[in-house]
Amino acid sequence: MVNPQLDKNGHLSHLLTIEGLPKKIITQILNTAETFVGVAERDVKKVPLLRGKTVCNIFFENSTRTRTTFEIAAKRLSADVINLNVGTSSQSKGETILDTVDNLIAMHTDMFVVRHNQSGAAHLIAQHVPDNISVINAGDGRHAHPTQGLLDVFTVRRYKPDMHNLRVALVGDILHSRVARSEIHALTTLGVPEVRVIAPKTLLPAYVEKLGVQVFHDMNAGLKDVDVIMMLRLQSERMSGAMLPSAQEYFKTFGLTPEKLALAKSDAIVMHPGPMNRGVEIDSRVADGKQSVILPQVTYGIAVRMAVMAILAGGGA
Amino acid sequence: MQLPDPETLLSDITAKIKSRINNDTALIGIHSGGVWIMQRILTLLGDIPHGTLDAALYRDDYAQRGLKTEPKPSNILFDVQGKHIILIDDIFYTGRTTRAAMNELFDYGRPASVTLAVLINRGGAELPITPQITGAELVLKSNQDLQLSQDMHGNLHLGVKNG
Repeated sequence: MVNPQLDKNGHLSHLLTIEGLPKKIITQILNTAETFVGVAERDVKKVPLLRGKTVCNIFFENSTRTRTTFEIAAKRLSADVINLNVGTSSQSKGETILDTVDNLIAMHTDMFVVRHNQSGAAHLIAQHVPDNISVINAGDGRHAHPTQGLLDVFTVRRYKPDMHNLRVALVGDILHSRVARSEIHALTTLGVPEVRVIAPKTLLPAYVEKLGVQVFHDMNAGLKDVDVIMMLRLQSERMSGAMLPSAQEYFKTFGLTPEKLALAKSDAIVMHPGPMNRGVEIDSRVADGKQSVILPQVTYGIAVRMAVMAILAGGGA
Repeated sequence: MQLPDPETLLSDITAKIKSRINNDTALIGIHSGGVWIMQRILTLLGDIPHGTLDAALYRDDYAQRGLKTEPKPSNILFDVQGKHIILIDDIFYTGRTTRAAMNELFDYGRPASVTLAVLINRGGAELPITPQITGAELVLKSNQDLQLSQDMHGNLHLGVKNG
């Protein structure tokens, strides 16, 4: 797949995947996001950077939370926001994706935020649009969800600034998770020396070790002495066929309970990209406990998405 | 050309600022030079409510330049409402940074007044804005770039580059 997200000067022109993004750009996005964290704490939670620009959220697949955070991010940058749930509109009348996009370009859209259940949809649109229009991938199939990956590493960096000394464990449905791939790329690019994945064999992609991770099938071994635990959602709606005996069985083996959390370092943080399945991958006592940073992740997600939009709208410079 | 000593200018504007301080005064430094100057003033005048601003998100040249450098987080922890704000910058030139900083400041609340203090006014204002407290006035050509820097001991230095 062509990676058209950098222009000829190496500046960001679209955000499609974390794969292949240089450390410099990831760091630039995270540092810029620090600025936007403060904006949300002020009286007036808005800056005028994208005043007069139009951001279009095209969601070919439903995701209320992701769409809402992108919408808030764009609005805090003073952009005008249009939300399109294409699944329910013209596509069902037979229009192609690129025709939909061309119509929105004719309405002078400056930026697209794209969510699709097919890998590569955002790439396709990015290669199609003129130079002055940017595309952000808000999740495509099993492939990537770069802003989620970035907000997760931003959260890690805020709580554990010394990234070169961290042991991070991703737990759960790695196979169906687009977040997992984005997270692994971002963590290794920023120099995290040890990334572990903990999952049953049926929920691991083939050749997962090639991503530079250590593989565990047992929570007790995998969680030992980790600094960060990133839980993944059990993607039941994406699961075809019976890969697991039952949700209760899964919880017994791979659910994060206070007892299993105790195996990690005492100051370890617990993350989850949401929406959570309480009692399936995570125990409520952990989700609501003092080591949980699940809600700060949501707050930081807006700052990170503002940073990506601000950098893209400014020509990537 | 002979440049003034920034350390002398600093004591000069510190004295001018001191005469304006009352219970409702707060200092705000504009990144990066204005923040260095403010920190030096605070060591001389003691603890006064203070904060920092990076006006990058409010600049009028964002459409042309983008976010050229990574902006620094603004940090204003006191209530701006009703305060007499002394805005501190290193070099006053076109006035566009001041305009952007004032816009950002008003998103934190409504100050009672805003005063602009700078180390050097190099002339060339493009907006109806002028500093009230000035260390020195210099006349420079538009291709000359006047820069304040800070060494590892916190001392300030001035330099000119010809573009």
